[in-house]
Amino acid sequence: MSAAPTATPASASVTLTREGNRLALAGRLTISHAQALEQDLAAALAETQGPVALDISDVERIDTVGAWLIHRLLRDRPGSTLAGTSPEAERLMAQVSAADTPCAIRPEPRPFLPRELERLGAYMIEFFRTTGASLAFIGITLFTAARVLVSRRGFRWNSVFIQMEQTGVNALGIIGLMSFLIGIVIAQQGVVQLRQFGADALVINLVGRATFRELGILLTAIMVAGRSASAFAAQIGAMKLAEELDAMRTIGLDPIEVLVLPRVIALMLMMPLLAFFASVLAVTGGGIFTWISLDIPPATFVQRIREVVPMSDFWIGMSKAPVFGLVIAVIGCFQGFQVSGNAESVGFRTTLAVVQAIFLVIVLNAFFAVFYSQLGLN
Amino acid sequence: MRGSPPGAGPAPVITVRNLVVRFGKQTVHDGLDLDVMPGEILGVVGGSGSGKSVLMRSIIGLQHPAEGSIEVFGRSVGGVETMQDKALTRQWGVLFQGGALFSGLTVAENIQVPLREYFDLSEDLMAQIASYKVAMVGLPAEAGPKYPSELSGGMKKRAALARALALDPKLLFLDEPTAGLDPIAADGFDTLIRTLAETMQLTVFVITHDLDTLHAICDRVAVIADKRIIAVDRISALAQLDHPWVQDYFNGPRGRAAAATTMREPGRAAAATTMREPGRAGTAGPDPQDA
Repeated sequence: MSAAPTATPASASVTLTREGNRLALAGRLTISHAQALEQDLAAALAETQGPVALDISDVERIDTVGAWLIHRLLRDRPGSTLAGTSPEAERLMAQVSAADTPCAIRPEPRPFLPRELERLGAYMIEFFRTTGASLAFIGITLFTAARVLVSRRGFRWNSVFIQMEQTGVNALGIIGLMSFLIGIVIAQQGVVQLRQFGADALVINLVGRATFRELGILLTAIMVAGRSASAFAAQIGAMKLAEELDAMRTIGLDPIEVLVLPRVIALMLMMPLLAFFASVLAVTGGGIFTWISLDIPPATFVQRIREVVPMSDFWIGMSKAPVFGLVIAVIGCFQGFQVSGNAESVGFRTTLAVVQAIFLVIVLNAFFAVFYSQLGLN
Repeated sequence: MRGSPPGAGPAPVITVRNLVVRFGKQTVHDGLDLDVMPGEILGVVGGSGSGKSVLMRSIIGLQHPAEGSIEVFGRSVGGVETMQDKALTRQWGVLFQGGALFSGLTVAENIQVPLREYFDLSEDLMAQIASYKVAMVGLPAEAGPKYPSELSGGMKKRAALARALALDPKLLFLDEPTAGLDPIAADGFDTLIRTLAETMQLTVFVITHDLDTLHAICDRVAVIADKRIIAVDRISALAQLDHPWVQDYFNGPRGRAAAATTMREPGRAAAATTMREPGRAGTAGPDPQDA
């Protein structure tokens, strides 16, 4: 801000002098001084009535904001006159007065009831549409699988193996670490509680049964849903945006066969392996904790595990794994296919894929629990 | 020609000297020099990957150069601290290629973001500023309360231009302003830039691939090739330059077509406000239906 000759420090380099209805502006009518200028003008106008005569011959610089303030004054005080305009000021004044069309800043909020009803309706329609579309998607996937099976053409095992590596082998580290820590935490909490009954050795039962039957597989499924459902949705969504899916179809490749089946098969094959791996590491974590805190040697721990964990627990856990893998893969791919329009929709669909996959896995797990307990496998 | 020829009197608005920019081992600019004079519209052209956007990002401080000096309005620009120098960043407006409007805000709110950041104006005045900026860039008043996702590509660019002009900057950076617009919308946008540059006395730095834009609005054109600026001149002079890329660019079929269009419509650049007849927008030649 350059120094301008003025006595009023408040409005550093814009000054307004008033004699009756004659106003004179001097200095810089720019956005930097707009606040002071607006206040000065408002104060001067409050003291005057009717048209004013404005002189801006001493104005050094003017921009659209300054021009707007002058335009506003002339507009609101019909009959007012303006003198001393530089060519620049004239040009800017013409520009802003041509652009004097007020617009709203925000869309007008609609009345509460219709707005909420409309949202509810839209939500219901979307819900049923998505449900229908996802059922159709499962149908297409199964149909394609059957067709591939019958036609006995060479199936793309290569992509299956690549997906197995990405969704399974590459997940070993994070799933292993997570399970190991969960095992330790279960054992530690179990010891604290069971010690009150003097039954702290039962912590081995707790760790063994909880992990093989429930936690090992459920936590793995949640982790895989977070890792792979999101990856599937994002990969396929990005391909859809780049018109790769359309390109495939025009060449005669079926995106379901090329993209979806390998992912579904890979995840169905990898989930049991990952779940077993996770269970073993959780038990190991629990074993190490009991070794340290209860002085139970590893050999005894393994011996006890074999005694207390029935083989049915293991099979129940393993039987759930491929189902979870199927659900996660199908939801991930389905949401990928739902991407449309812009990159934002990829993010939205990816989030949706993870949330739905985790939700469905937990719901299915509850069904399995009821199912197996009705079969008498407790 | 609105801009003064270099070397005459006024100091350049942008001075780039010996700019070196590297990404890892790849050198994008190697000893690049450029002067942008006040009041001129400078076009920057170059092949894909020649570093046009990198040059712009270096000047506005988004890209830290390995060597060299950049001055804007006599102040040194260099990497991180540039963005903190609000007295400097206030002087320029930037129109990014995709518009880069904040998607969670309406068009009018987008325009108000810089106003709120830098000044303490009354809500009334800010609403009015947003309104006239919306109208100034040729958007209808209904566009003000709309979200960017509800706008067409051309409207997004106009809204982004309004935000770039929110603070009445002296210097305007445009990155591919007409990319992705249909020829009619692109023509309209060229005209708009030219008009605004004249009324608001802007210095404009415009990166473009669009030969029509170059012919329609640019006073001078800078050519980036071989990692530096090989020439800065008027298009007519550049077309004579003996450089393979420049020859291909200006004297290739598209270059000649764009030049011919400008010659047939000599008043095109200046005819800022004249609207073409809607039925024939874009057709330069005689209409066979007329015969």
